[in-house]
Amino acid sequence: MATQTADKQAEKQKLDSMVVRFAGDSGDGMQLTGGQFTLSTALAGNDLATFPDFPAEIRAPQGTLFGVSAFQINFGSRQINTAGDAPDVLVAMNPAALKVNLSSISPGGLIIADSGAFTKRNLEKAHYEVNPLEDGSLAKFDLLAFDISELTIEAVKPYGLGNKDALRSKNMWTLGLALWMFDRPREPIHEWLKDKFKSKPDIADANIAALDAGHAYGETAELSGPLKQVAMDPVAAEPGLYRTITGAESVSLGLVAGAQLAKLPMFFGGYPITPASAILHHLARLKEFDVTTFQAEDEIAAICAAIGASYAGQLGVTSSSGPGIALKTEAMGLGIMVELPLVIVNSQRGGPSTGLPTKTEQSDLYQAVYGRNGDAPLPVVAARSPADAFEVAIEACRIATQYMTPVMLLTDGYIANAAEPWKVPDPASYEPFPVTFMDSLPDGEEFLPYKRDAKGARPWVKPGTPGLMHRVGGIEKHETTGNIDYSPDNHQRMTQLRSDKVTGIDVPDQEVSWGEDTGDLVVVGWGSTYGPIKQAVNRWIEKGAKVSHVHVRHIWPLPQNLGTLLSGFKHVLMPEMNTGQFKTLLRDQLLIDAESLTKTSGQPFQIAELEDAIGRCLEEKCAGRVMANDQQLPNTAEAGQ
Amino acid sequence: MNELTKIETTLKDWETDQEVRWCPGCGDYAILKAVQRTLPQLGCDPKNTVFVSGIGCSSRFPYYMETYGFHTIHGRAPAFATGIKLANPDLDIWMVTGDGDGLSIGGNHLMHVLRRNVNMQIMLFNNEIYGLTKGQYSPTSRENTRSPSTPLGSVDHPANPCAFALGSGARFVGRGIDVSKNLPDVLKAAHAHQGAAFIEIFQNCIVYNKDVFDDFAKPKGADQQQLWLEHGKPMLFGSEKTGGVKGLKLNAQTLSFEVVDVPDGDAEAAGVLVHDATNRMLAHMLVELPFGEFPMPLGVIYDDPATTYEAVVHDEKRRASEGKTASLANLLAKGQTWTVSGTAADPI
Repeated sequence: MATQTADKQAEKQKLDSMVVRFAGDSGDGMQLTGGQFTLSTALAGNDLATFPDFPAEIRAPQGTLFGVSAFQINFGSRQINTAGDAPDVLVAMNPAALKVNLSSISPGGLIIADSGAFTKRNLEKAHYEVNPLEDGSLAKFDLLAFDISELTIEAVKPYGLGNKDALRSKNMWTLGLALWMFDRPREPIHEWLKDKFKSKPDIADANIAALDAGHAYGETAELSGPLKQVAMDPVAAEPGLYRTITGAESVSLGLVAGAQLAKLPMFFGGYPITPASAILHHLARLKEFDVTTFQAEDEIAAICAAIGASYAGQLGVTSSSGPGIALKTEAMGLGIMVELPLVIVNSQRGGPSTGLPTKTEQSDLYQAVYGRNGDAPLPVVAARSPADAFEVAIEACRIATQYMTPVMLLTDGYIANAAEPWKVPDPASYEPFPVTFMDSLPDGEEFLPYKRDAKGARPWVKPGTPGLMHRVGGIEKHETTGNIDYSPDNHQRMTQLRSDKVTGIDVPDQEVSWGEDTGDLVVVGWGSTYGPIKQAVNRWIEKGAKVSHVHVRHIWPLPQNLGTLLSGFKHVLMPEMNTGQFKTLLRDQLLIDAESLTKTSGQPFQIAELEDAIGRCLEEKCAGRVMANDQQLPNTAEAGQ
Repeated sequence: MNELTKIETTLKDWETDQEVRWCPGCGDYAILKAVQRTLPQLGCDPKNTVFVSGIGCSSRFPYYMETYGFHTIHGRAPAFATGIKLANPDLDIWMVTGDGDGLSIGGNHLMHVLRRNVNMQIMLFNNEIYGLTKGQYSPTSRENTRSPSTPLGSVDHPANPCAFALGSGARFVGRGIDVSKNLPDVLKAAHAHQGAAFIEIFQNCIVYNKDVFDDFAKPKGADQQQLWLEHGKPMLFGSEKTGGVKGLKLNAQTLSFEVVDVPDGDAEAAGVLVHDATNRMLAHMLVELPFGEFPMPLGVIYDDPATTYEAVVHDEKRRASEGKTASLANLLAKGQTWTVSGTAADPI
């Protein structure tokens, strides 16, 4: 737990940050509880980061270890970059939830358990021989066990619900208790419940009663001992209007903004897949923004229809996750060949194959940069956080339309589901990049569909334009006319032209994200590792180490100055949630001795893991010893799972 | 498609400067000419016309049409065409595919473009073989087809393109033969149909599957083997010169057809069924008619339009947008927000 001071007036303990994890059965509504708690935290002005962690099964068998669904939130009066390493408070709605999460709780942390769910049967399902609430095994934690099930049933009794229905409100009872603990108003949740159950006012009332009962329990039970109210000041933040945003929302909004900046209607082709579907769901509700969404028959049709729409003059967008992206590969090659704008969003998840559908990983970098037949260069950009995904989506639209090329935007399961506060940007602050379609030719000039502009981009001509009829396709085409041309010299030139166009993209110079411009060690990251790297680097900076953090958005092509920037440091450490893919790319492109730090457990990096790794690196490297191998994290934190 | 202004063109206006690269004698030449002859007759406008194809011999078609053209990837033409049509419903789209492209690698997409009823003409050139890859058997090859990949003869049952189309929900199913003088009439009917119009065209691959359709396609005796269907006309074939006029009669007991002689051309007296192109059950029976015992049904087998996909999508979009202003600033600030002034946060 973070710094603690006495707040005498309110007799509350005052903290500058805290990690709470709600864990229960996948049917217990923990994601809803977490989502609403997040909202109330944001409204209270705290900075926050969340980590929804749920199983691939929609309703796994009740009470089982693999059916545990959890929602973790880290919030505070200081800047928060990660969902937190170790929960200070674990809410465990059943024995399985306790067992799965026990190893991650911080020492001295608080466990709130629903003793009513610690039945013989549930204990057996969680492979507990004796009840851990009673055998003293939790002695190193503060434990509060009470019968939330029974208390909920009591609270909703007036509404005449059966036990099974009544127990569905357990999550609201728990949320009520959490709201009391952190001194949050209940009204926004009341309003939300009334709206959610508009057509079933009884259910709304029952849930409100459960919420109020949980809150009252905290207030009146005078729980001596571990359960104390916590006060937390709002975080110092840049003035402005804020909201919370998940990565999936942020990508969707960024795409809408990007299409508007390009002055184009958007066509989005998608196919249901975890965790990318959320983008399709968001965009399907934004028809008034001239967005057409198309749920295709498969991943291939989704991208092909998007390319078709681009061909007809709209901004084609498609989105998927690893295996779906693999299916789209051939069509990406066609997009590169016919040189049409297209944005491909990859919400990465654990792989290969079906892999870990609901867990995060950043192991599709090779696939994004290299994974196509032929020499098929494709710009790749990566979002580092939910809020950043908005900016990156706009950047992807800009590159696609300005350079007439498919672009891949990498996000991941963590970013897609996680929420963070977002300072609502002013759309007018973005430089528009309106598209000009070619609609006529100067007199006497021959129409050449592949004649390039200074950026290397070919003209975009919409079907329906008089006098500019032409044919495009995947067969190698003549350098200017676009007619079929297999000749050796032409293919050599076209390969070079396609490559030059992509490497010539105007990528902003790379800046140091945190720390000094030179030093002993630079930690280079990309994607969702931003938060933990920044915090870990900061801890070392505070200890006086010469460590900096560089976080790369433009994966391909790389910022021109990246090599020079990194040469200001003696050593380069690259944490990645894969086996070192960006490291390979940087070693190849920059000929630098980058060292890898890998984690492939489906869980984000913890700050402490990175802090330790940076420490080892500083000690061994900077002491002049050469490490024989790249570091691979011993996966201690996940041992319980 | 919205009604477009009819314009005057000639066959020449639809030809490109590209050298046509099909094998000499290929049935594709005849189809190309039939299309180039038909489009001026329909008053089509090259600038609003898009030919979309997949991969295969037939899919080279767009290169030879002086229109907009997109030669896409194997089997996926229906998906590209769907995206194009949704992006611009005013475009007149002709999709070109083959038996391998449309029914093997692209079977899934063909099914869905038909089911959705995207307004376009879909020409499937059926030559019962993979030509461009040098002669392997295809999904429409008859059992026991010897090919480089099936030296002992193929063992799988062939797919029936028209039955597939109907089963997928097609609202227009037509059939033609590459060299037939009736092909333009089928193309015209398909073009007039609002919705996905599926046309199977028997096409002679003279290199790898020469004359495989001769049983019914070769001119000599053709009238005894070809049943050209016309809506509202009795289902007659043959002639006095070639062995008598015959017709199809429905046997209501067995729910099947029988071939009957039609003396003196009196179809009514002979009980010959009148073709109703809007009768889906009849269409199912016609596409399943076993050839040999019966003639090959050709022409417009089924034509019963329904609402098109792009019309519904755009309608829905229009309705969903009614009364809403597309303000990005409002969208970004949607949901519960709070304002930070200085260092304090005030929930609003």
